[in-house]
Amino acid sequence: MTPRAERIRGWGFAAPALLWTVAFFVVPFLVMGAMSLATLEGRTLVWGLSLANYVELTEKAYLARAIMVSLEITVTVTVVSVVLAYPLAWIIAFRVPARWQRLALLLAILPFWTSYVVRSYAWLLVLAREGMINNTLIGLGLISEPITLANTRFATVTGFVHFFVMLLTLTIYANLIQLSPNYRRAAMDLGANAFQTFRHVILPLTLPGIVTGAFLTFVLCIGDYVTPQILGGNTELTVPQVIMVQLGRRADFPLASALAIVLMGIVTLAYIASARWLRLDRL
Amino acid sequence: MILRMLPWAYLLAAFVFIYLPVGTLVLFSFQEGSLPVPPFNGPSLRWYGDILGDDDLTGALLNSLLVAFGAASVSVVLGFLAAYGLARHVLPGSAVMRGLLIAPLTVSYLIVGLGLLIVITRAGLGLSLVTAAIGHVVINLPIAFAIIYASMGAQQQNAERAARDLGASEAQVIRLVTVPMLMPAIAAAFFLSVTLSWDEFIIAFLLTRFDVTLPVEIWSMLRSGLSPRLNAIGSLVFLVSVSVVLILELLVFRRRR
Repeated sequence: MTPRAERIRGWGFAAPALLWTVAFFVVPFLVMGAMSLATLEGRTLVWGLSLANYVELTEKAYLARAIMVSLEITVTVTVVSVVLAYPLAWIIAFRVPARWQRLALLLAILPFWTSYVVRSYAWLLVLAREGMINNTLIGLGLISEPITLANTRFATVTGFVHFFVMLLTLTIYANLIQLSPNYRRAAMDLGANAFQTFRHVILPLTLPGIVTGAFLTFVLCIGDYVTPQILGGNTELTVPQVIMVQLGRRADFPLASALAIVLMGIVTLAYIASARWLRLDRL
Repeated sequence: MILRMLPWAYLLAAFVFIYLPVGTLVLFSFQEGSLPVPPFNGPSLRWYGDILGDDDLTGALLNSLLVAFGAASVSVVLGFLAAYGLARHVLPGSAVMRGLLIAPLTVSYLIVGLGLLIVITRAGLGLSLVTAAIGHVVINLPIAFAIIYASMGAQQQNAERAARDLGASEAQVIRLVTVPMLMPAIAAAFFLSVTLSWDEFIIAFLLTRFDVTLPVEIWSMLRSGLSPRLNAIGSLVFLVSVSVVLILELLVFRRRR
């Protein structure tokens, strides 16, 4: 084949997928961007190039508050998940005998495949007033009255952390297992103690795995509507919850679009901040 | 001594944390009474009988499977063709095209759904299971493409060249050489796509109207609070997802090593 015919044929194969992505992802995204610059007058939509929706985000306290709440929850979840998942991945990689490792890892991430609506509901069963934890604590005589666990930020964070610990255990394990044991041996031979070996050798080498997992956690967490809606109740709203309120009750598509654009802006900033260590292609 | 036990204690605590919600969910799906909270009285299959006799739920279950298999089929076919085109042909701008195909992965499902919802309602089209499936292809196509593209190596390319030298047409090469050699990756992409799509909520919620998928039906049941029916249906959904993952683990990933 001539290079030209070869190229045309290659494009022919790629074309259906590219067209699909452009038609159902790129175009909707651009329309959403244009929508964020439109305004509602009464119930009719007026297209234009107005920044009114973005100005509203800074002026209305509940909108600015939602952005803060989302950021606080997401940062807390990301940090707590990494801190809990790292030792777990470490133990599976270096303490569990090799022949049991794959099984241990499979078991550690199996509930990852629970539907996310069902997973949040299951946490509600555990955290409810008359649920598992309160019942056990009262049974043990540790408390006399049920404590409020569900419908709080604590519940939202717990539900998220549960999910992301599994995800991060997987990414960090994949990183740890690739390390040659020689690094540890060399550090030990040179007189480093266990902590120094970890701090100066293992941690820097596993940073890409940590950052990649943390970035995924950040992106998935800040965009999730289900977990805060089921577990957090309506005590405080996150950005996705506010977006859904705009869509439902008020049909305010322009404001919802502006909020979505802000959400994407935050994710882009997180990407720029972590790009140095990100290895998305290695997933 | 205590220091040596510490890792195992941590492992145990982690597993309790990881399995606490699912364990509670499944245990109280066998509850005899009408509240899925302690004390446990059972076991009883009462609520399983109840949900299997519920036409709304079984209908939604069928819709979910329909959407999942439809979306997965389209994702895998489009993803395979794109991977073949980009891995086997030297194209200018192929890095840009790969980037474009992967791009939907970096955007949250809510935003993908919102964009499609705006376009569909602006265009005056109705919402249905088809629109939900279109949304699911948008999020599954990048994954299918990435999995299949990553497994297209030099080994298959040599076999393809040999087949071409022996006079096979491009269609024959794809059908008789490329697809069979890439079957593990294609199957992995298909089943991963099915599991992601069949319990996806937010896109299905935004893009369906009268016929809904199972997660959307479960969502509307949630409004009436804790119920052993939800436990039963949730346990079944978990069972299906876990079965698919285990089959995948046994059939595809085992064989590859």
